[in-house]
Amino acid sequence: MAQPGTYNYTVVRQFAVMTVVWGVVGMLVGVLIAAQLIWPELNFNTPWLTYGRLRPLHTNAVIFAFGGSALFATSYYVVQRTCHARLFSEGLAAFTFWGWQAVIVLAAITLPLGFTAGKEYAELEWPIDILITLVWVAYAIVFFGTIARRKVPHIYVANWFFGAYILTIALLHVVNSAAIPVSLWKSYSAYAGVQDAMVQWWYGHNAVGFFLTAGFLGMMYYFIPKQAGRPIYSYRLSVVHFWALIFTYMWAGPHHLHYTALPDWTQTLGMVFSLILLAPSWGGMINGIMTLSGAWDKLRTDPILKFLIVSLSFYGMSTFEGPMMSIKTVNALSHYTDWTIGHVHSGALGWVGLVSMGSVYYLIPRLFGRPQMHSLRLIDAHFWVATVGIVLYIAAMWIAGVMQGLMWRAVSPDGTLTYTFAESVKATYPFYAIRLLGGLLYFAGMLIMAWNVWKTIAAGKAQDAAIPAPAHA
Amino acid sequence: MEILYLLVPLSVVLVFLVGAVFWFALKSGQFDDLEAPGLRMLADDDRLRGPDDRFDLGQKRRSGGRYDDTLAARGSVETSVETKGTKHGATGNL
Repeated sequence: MAQPGTYNYTVVRQFAVMTVVWGVVGMLVGVLIAAQLIWPELNFNTPWLTYGRLRPLHTNAVIFAFGGSALFATSYYVVQRTCHARLFSEGLAAFTFWGWQAVIVLAAITLPLGFTAGKEYAELEWPIDILITLVWVAYAIVFFGTIARRKVPHIYVANWFFGAYILTIALLHVVNSAAIPVSLWKSYSAYAGVQDAMVQWWYGHNAVGFFLTAGFLGMMYYFIPKQAGRPIYSYRLSVVHFWALIFTYMWAGPHHLHYTALPDWTQTLGMVFSLILLAPSWGGMINGIMTLSGAWDKLRTDPILKFLIVSLSFYGMSTFEGPMMSIKTVNALSHYTDWTIGHVHSGALGWVGLVSMGSVYYLIPRLFGRPQMHSLRLIDAHFWVATVGIVLYIAAMWIAGVMQGLMWRAVSPDGTLTYTFAESVKATYPFYAIRLLGGLLYFAGMLIMAWNVWKTIAAGKAQDAAIPAPAHA
Repeated sequence: MEILYLLVPLSVVLVFLVGAVFWFALKSGQFDDLEAPGLRMLADDDRLRGPDDRFDLGQKRRSGGRYDDTLAARGSVETSVETKGTKHGATGNL
């Protein structure tokens, strides 16, 4: 199997295909829980189908199963292609695939059963946390081992982003998931009260920054130039982008704890660092989009490029919205409302989702020896269905969120609150319906993709590319 | 807020580590040339076109894209400076 002189495409293929599979699963769960908010009966009076258990299943499935598989596939592909070297270890690379799939399957079993550590985006219990740690260490060894045996002296900028994401996630996961087990499926956090909250959001926001941003920026810096057939607008700016992001990211987390028991100065610190982040984020966004400068017509004909470039416009939107929402006065209105859900999904569906889909569309034909995807028109259809879905979703959540914030703070002349909480819930129903429609469209797009990928693979044959001979230059 | 006695030093250590990696990368010449790497990654043609390839890309292509025959003539998968990223006919140009 392992032919010398070729790239290890096997593990890339496995992760690329699972990206699509977990995308379908994770988004289906998302659609179900969105429907449950309108029709609570949809939990069928079954404990493991209730919103509280399926919601973490949804977030884990889309972030770590869909997004994670996309990151594994692309980072393994990019590091090999840009280093002109085969992945460092066959066995460890295979272990990262099967280990990561085991983590996902265990999550899909334990979360509905109600086993949870109770930490957002880190709900999995301690035995699974240990497995994640092992997989991640193997991932780091494979990735950096490949960098170490590179035949190209320069380390391409995408690899810097992937490398930073791998190292930081290891640190975040280990610190935040520190817990004292009391039984096989129950543990208590090593931290208590507001300390725990601080660690949780130090983890939580840096996971957004390094898992959902740095990793996917690595994708962006490889697949946009490749798909456009043009070099990145400014390679110099991409290097500045990387170091600026890495140096300034770590302290944005406290903005999740505005107006809580967290000391006031820590909240302000979190806000200031969040505002600073606008600069590197937009630098990178502009750098990616301007790659098409002088060749904008490609967007008319290339649906994969549409995915990649539009993902960057959503990245720009959410990285503007995020710092704005971290300002304490804005946060006083937005916090705990559906605006936050809208913001997250503008980043998740728009940025992470679209850039992953574009990259997988790029990869699949190359991994299965096909000149291109089965149907370009279906890619185009997927793009439009998904984009309309995102717009419906986030616009509905924006309006719902601002409305909820205004209703909660409204005070009558006699000094009492104008609205009860339940009244704000009732007023949100129409927007929940629009959100469900948007989610359904996005899910439908994912089904189109699954069909297209299936047909492409069925017509092709798994092939590994040869590693080029050392360049004469 | 004793947790800050962990998190703040951790951040400071990290910043210094990142600084050290940056310094090391700078000294080892990683950033000496900030033009060519952007072009070099494009020169890596990653479309599968081995000798055992069962089909001719130029003919089997559905949407009438142009196919650079010189690539096939050179008989190499890897030496192209032309990337065929766009599948709709526009061949990428540097």
